[in-house]
Amino acid sequence: MTLSEKYDKKVEAADLPVKTKDQIRKFLAEKEITETQFRQILERVIKEYKSTRIEPCEAVGVIAAQSIGEPGTQMTMRTFHYAGVAEINVTLGLPRLIEIMDARKEPSTPTMTVFLEEDYRNDRDKAREVSWQIEAAPLHEFGDITTDMENMHVVVHLNTKVCEKRKISPDEIMEVAPKKIRDRRHYRDFEHEVDEKNSTLIFSPKDKESYQNLFQLAEHVRKVVVQGIDDILRVVVRKEGGEYILYTEGSNLKDVFDVAGVDTTRTRTNNISECANVLGIEAARNAIIFEAVSTLNEQGILVDVRHLMLVADMMCMEGEVKQIGRHGIAGEKESVLSRAAFEVTVNHLLDAAVANEVDELSGVTENVIVGQPIQLGTGDVKLIAVRQHDN
Amino acid sequence: MVPDHKIMSEEEVSALLTTYNITTEQLPKVFHDDPAVKVIGAEADDVIRIIRVSHTAGRAESFRLVVKRPKK
Repeated sequence: MTLSEKYDKKVEAADLPVKTKDQIRKFLAEKEITETQFRQILERVIKEYKSTRIEPCEAVGVIAAQSIGEPGTQMTMRTFHYAGVAEINVTLGLPRLIEIMDARKEPSTPTMTVFLEEDYRNDRDKAREVSWQIEAAPLHEFGDITTDMENMHVVVHLNTKVCEKRKISPDEIMEVAPKKIRDRRHYRDFEHEVDEKNSTLIFSPKDKESYQNLFQLAEHVRKVVVQGIDDILRVVVRKEGGEYILYTEGSNLKDVFDVAGVDTTRTRTNNISECANVLGIEAARNAIIFEAVSTLNEQGILVDVRHLMLVADMMCMEGEVKQIGRHGIAGEKESVLSRAAFEVTVNHLLDAAVANEVDELSGVTENVIVGQPIQLGTGDVKLIAVRQHDN
Repeated sequence: MVPDHKIMSEEEVSALLTTYNITTEQLPKVFHDDPAVKVIGAEADDVIRIIRVSHTAGRAESFRLVVKRPKK
């Protein structure tokens, strides 16, 4: 039974968040209530909601900083090492939290969680196929590589059975391998021949004088990635919540999105700056919140999501991800005194003096420094008493 | 991961600015070459309405001003 239409409209019109409205609907759906009861309930809910809202002029930033900072002190003691998720090492705990807040270009352990489309997610073999499209596979996994010292050749015999199993044709490998050695590995001093009948590739160095070139070439041939995405070193397929999910070591969002069978709406990476580049600043904001919440929760620390949302909002204010610290948010504050109060005091004061900067004294820190009331809480409200003169 | 982005009409923008008593400059920014902005084809000086799935409110609206990416 759903809520009768009359009540539903009133709930919809109320000045409440969507989530609260849904909760009211769910709560009232099964119950018989009179109109007055409904009115009273709604009134109480609205009153309660208003009383829980943060008050104007409240220092939310300080509250957020303390709410994240205090549990952070407990994290330091517990972990400074790595813990494995699905045999893949991921930085966790405080080091990871610092990484998120510092907005590093590349996390120390980039990983991705690749979700699959509906046709693929329930089939182990299909999930495996997708994983082969993603995992970087070097040439030596597809056949035997021998170094022919006498004729100065590197000979690759492709194993057709392996190729078939991995869903890649030998012709494709033979076409891709020399190109990739040139473009990706930047090694160009060689020539190659293709023997399609025997699916054999023969490489020979241009300079046949030295064996060193031959061995160097052999090394490149062995390691050239012929299938999958170069940045993704390993893929683990796991069944979770009734569907197959791929966990990867290494991250390349753009290329993974191009692979058939990948659900682009749910697939995520822990590299936040990559998120910002590929999906935009709003996705980066979501990624910051998700990463921060999961790092904290993994440690058994429950921080209210509002604090992390505030941090993520501040980091993404200007259209790009900025770190919290002197190269980001704190370093780009308008006020000289506020910047000087944070880090590298003398430099800021010197630069400000050289540039003839003026401090408007509109923030908190600078007003504390000069000894004025700060513009927070009651300090932000200006009241002028107009005295009633009775003549 | 990516919430809905919509370009706001001029009337909507002016209504937004009067309710909060702000100028467009005070809104959060988004660069003109941001992937989500490119998809909806917004240009610099447009205001974008973002409908987020919020952890706390269920659904929340946010606004961003499109600006040119500053040259390094």
